[in-house]
Amino acid sequence: MSAPKVIQMTVNGVAYERAVEPRLLLADFLRETLGLTGTHVGCEHGICGACTVLVNGHSMRACLLFAIQLDGASVETVESLGTIENLHPLQQSFREHHALQCGFCTPGMLMTGIDLLRKRPLATDEEIRDGLSGNLCRCTGYEHIVAAIRAAASKREETAA
Amino acid sequence: MSELRPKLVGARVKRVEDPRLLTGHGSFTDDRRASRMLHVAFRRSEHSHARIASIDARAAAKLPGVIGVFTAADLETAMKPVRAPSRMSTYQATEMHALAKDKVRYVGEPIVAVVAENRYLAEDALEAMDIEFDALPTVIDPEAAILPDAPLLHDALGSNVLLAREFTRGDVETALAEAPVRVRARLRFSRKSPLAIENRTYLAEYDEGRGALTLYSSTQVPGILRDALAEIFDMPGHRLRVIAADVGGGFGGKGSLYAEEIVVCALARRLGRPVKFTSDRLEDLATTSQGFDEIVEGELGLDTEGRILALRADVIGDVGAYSIYPWTAALEPVQVISFLPGPYKIPAYRGRVQAVATSKAPTGPYRGVGRPVSTFVTERLLDMAARELAIDPVEIRQRNFVGKDEFPYKTSSGIVWDQASFSECLARARDEIGYEAFRKEQVEARAAGRLLGIGFASYAELTGIGSRISAAPGMPINTGTEISTVKIDSTGSVTAAFGIASHGQGLETTLAQVIADELGARFEDVHVIQGDSAAVAHSTGTYASRSAVLAGGAATMAAQALREKVVRLASHLLEASPGDIHVDNGRIFVAGTDRGMTFKQLARAVYSEMGRIPMELREDLEATKQYDPVFGTTTSATHVAVVEIDPATYQVKPLSYVVVEDCGKIINPLIVDGQVHGGVAQGIGAALFEKVVYDDRGQLLTASLVDYVVPAASEIPPMQVFHLETESPSTVGGFRGMGEGGTIGAPAAIANAVSDALAQFGVEVTELPVTPEQIFQAVRAANSQERK
Repeated sequence: MSAPKVIQMTVNGVAYERAVEPRLLLADFLRETLGLTGTHVGCEHGICGACTVLVNGHSMRACLLFAIQLDGASVETVESLGTIENLHPLQQSFREHHALQCGFCTPGMLMTGIDLLRKRPLATDEEIRDGLSGNLCRCTGYEHIVAAIRAAASKREETAA
Repeated sequence: MSELRPKLVGARVKRVEDPRLLTGHGSFTDDRRASRMLHVAFRRSEHSHARIASIDARAAAKLPGVIGVFTAADLETAMKPVRAPSRMSTYQATEMHALAKDKVRYVGEPIVAVVAENRYLAEDALEAMDIEFDALPTVIDPEAAILPDAPLLHDALGSNVLLAREFTRGDVETALAEAPVRVRARLRFSRKSPLAIENRTYLAEYDEGRGALTLYSSTQVPGILRDALAEIFDMPGHRLRVIAADVGGGFGGKGSLYAEEIVVCALARRLGRPVKFTSDRLEDLATTSQGFDEIVEGELGLDTEGRILALRADVIGDVGAYSIYPWTAALEPVQVISFLPGPYKIPAYRGRVQAVATSKAPTGPYRGVGRPVSTFVTERLLDMAARELAIDPVEIRQRNFVGKDEFPYKTSSGIVWDQASFSECLARARDEIGYEAFRKEQVEARAAGRLLGIGFASYAELTGIGSRISAAPGMPINTGTEISTVKIDSTGSVTAAFGIASHGQGLETTLAQVIADELGARFEDVHVIQGDSAAVAHSTGTYASRSAVLAGGAATMAAQALREKVVRLASHLLEASPGDIHVDNGRIFVAGTDRGMTFKQLARAVYSEMGRIPMELREDLEATKQYDPVFGTTTSATHVAVVEIDPATYQVKPLSYVVVEDCGKIINPLIVDGQVHGGVAQGIGAALFEKVVYDDRGQLLTASLVDYVVPAASEIPPMQVFHLETESPSTVGGFRGMGEGGTIGAPAAIANAVSDALAQFGVEVTELPVTPEQIFQAVRAANSQERK
């Protein structure tokens, strides 16, 4: 075990400075150190995607990164989206389409969805399914998640047009 | 004014759970923190079957941050071993110690508990101990484990066979011998992991001052746990509370009592501090109860018209190391022979089963229990017979279904179908998939060298099971009732308490829909308490497609009883006869007038303005009812899958999927569709990808999500779900359970579709999952057969 080192990280727009052990995972930094428990941990080996967050604008697995690697980075978690009273359009779309059941994979699905909506055309459902293929959901069979992202993508086009 | 609000039952009401879950405000067990909280990690067996010779954990105990190291000997006086009792005469219970004592019986069995300041430190300490084992012969192959000279897993039992059971109707041997057409197969459905995305997590808090223990658990069954822990720790139930707040999926895997739950409770009491256990995926795959794992030798006899004359099946269920609490080893294998006759009339039937202990993780409930396997067997045999007789697979099913006028119908295994839509589901499914058009397309595709196939699977399930039948055969605890308490408090808001435990089903929403309708309350005024063993006097939890039926029934009854009180009190306050009082959408009013009051005004009159209701007319605004459907009801469905097999790689791609089901009165179509989609995806995983593999040494080869593959969005086809909605004649509200159905139909439908795609080779799928490798070998064998 090596000695803790001080890092700076911006999480959801708030600048934090914390001493972290080199082995502390980003997922544990978010959940345990900062108390942001919206990011969930499902496998700790990078397969299930439940812990997906955006690091400097790109979706990444918080269970495959050490906090210490992200000195100076900007991280967005599910807590950066909407609030209970004012859901983000993608959260609203998930709710309208019943795209979540137990809700455990949902934060990762949302953050992956945000990344897809920002970067990809999402012209077909196949492209949405392909984009979601790094996130496992055991409850929904994906049908409603695809529908929710499809709806959010077409609204995105409407607002852009 | 008398414009009544449309019913909420039946409407696509958005879920009340969603805002918290979408914004990261859920309360999963691992999200919970308690002051002075400690973490426990488990040193687990790396042996499949071994005697524990010695444990030296002195070095671990000295590590920084380690609070204590505990073995079976340290906690023996604090907790009793667990045995799952049964009424079955042939049954042998196993004794399970929460920490292994003397012997280990599967890889992953917990042996030593290390408590430390945090999870990293607790896991560090696991390495700093020496455990010496004397290895014993493994017990891996269930067929070998039955033999008299097999090594014994439980020395005290004298045999690895934990139970044997047989159901018979008629003379099956004669009927088969005389049948003009016979098909037989050895079918194998391999072991699965339920694989909820949330791993099992527990937090025990002990209030020393009050002597009260609270277990926060990712469980489906808080009531069962409360009752079991009361026995294990010899504590009264009022000092034990099990809370399942938000739970990240279950699928049966969180439906049993786990060693780690017992240990965190024992340690919290011992140490006087909160103790949390958060398992990782390796621990989940190695120790969460697994599912299915049966070998079935089945034979079907038919007449030349395709009518079934006899069905015979010999089933071996590989149940793993222990008979799981509370369900017992009978749960899965016995249900296979109970449900093999399915929706069909079978004059002669014999189903025999043996449940065999092996040195693998224990099996337990898995979404569908027994029926994914029984449906796979019966539906495969029927398709094989259809092919033999050159009868269309749709037609052969229609000729054998229990008919519309034959309900209630007692199947040849003794299960009673109260009423169901077997024929209607299949007919509709055939139309919705566009069967005739597909058959034409298939012919053209074959000519072009493409392998397209279609597969049907029809089934019946017993849901909403009441007190006359145990949810697990022979299990002595009552799973047939649920209680609901509905009350209006002094602010006029409505609270409804239940013992069921939602882990994705949206029961906070659906039960609020039922109560708002039956009570006449505003939907947003109804708060549902669930997942808390202290909420009602008795409950078991959420499993076996029961919660909408049982809790929905109890909710209906309690809300109606409360509404009667509301009407009585309002009739006095509004000076009208009870028959003229209407309650709707949170308003109580006299029909045809503008006289009325809100729930809030009523509550004030009842609880605060004590002069308004004379003493002799006072009532509390609360009602409790227990609901028992007695036998339960029937849910039926037909699944149709269309698949394409790549002729170069033999990869199977599901292209489209149709489900037509009848789950009775639907409370919320959004939620029902979601349940079906999820079940189908799980069934497709079971059919094409998922397999728990142990090697001959009992080592788990599928201990990560790289090796245990569950389907992602790219592997699942678009699905269409259609509902027939025939109200159940047997349940309050007309509801039928539907949480498991998707997983029941999909494996058989996929197996039949793959077999259909390979019809030109004469290949029949007999093992699930069916992999490209298996298809390649089967096609190659068929081709070489042809050359000879």
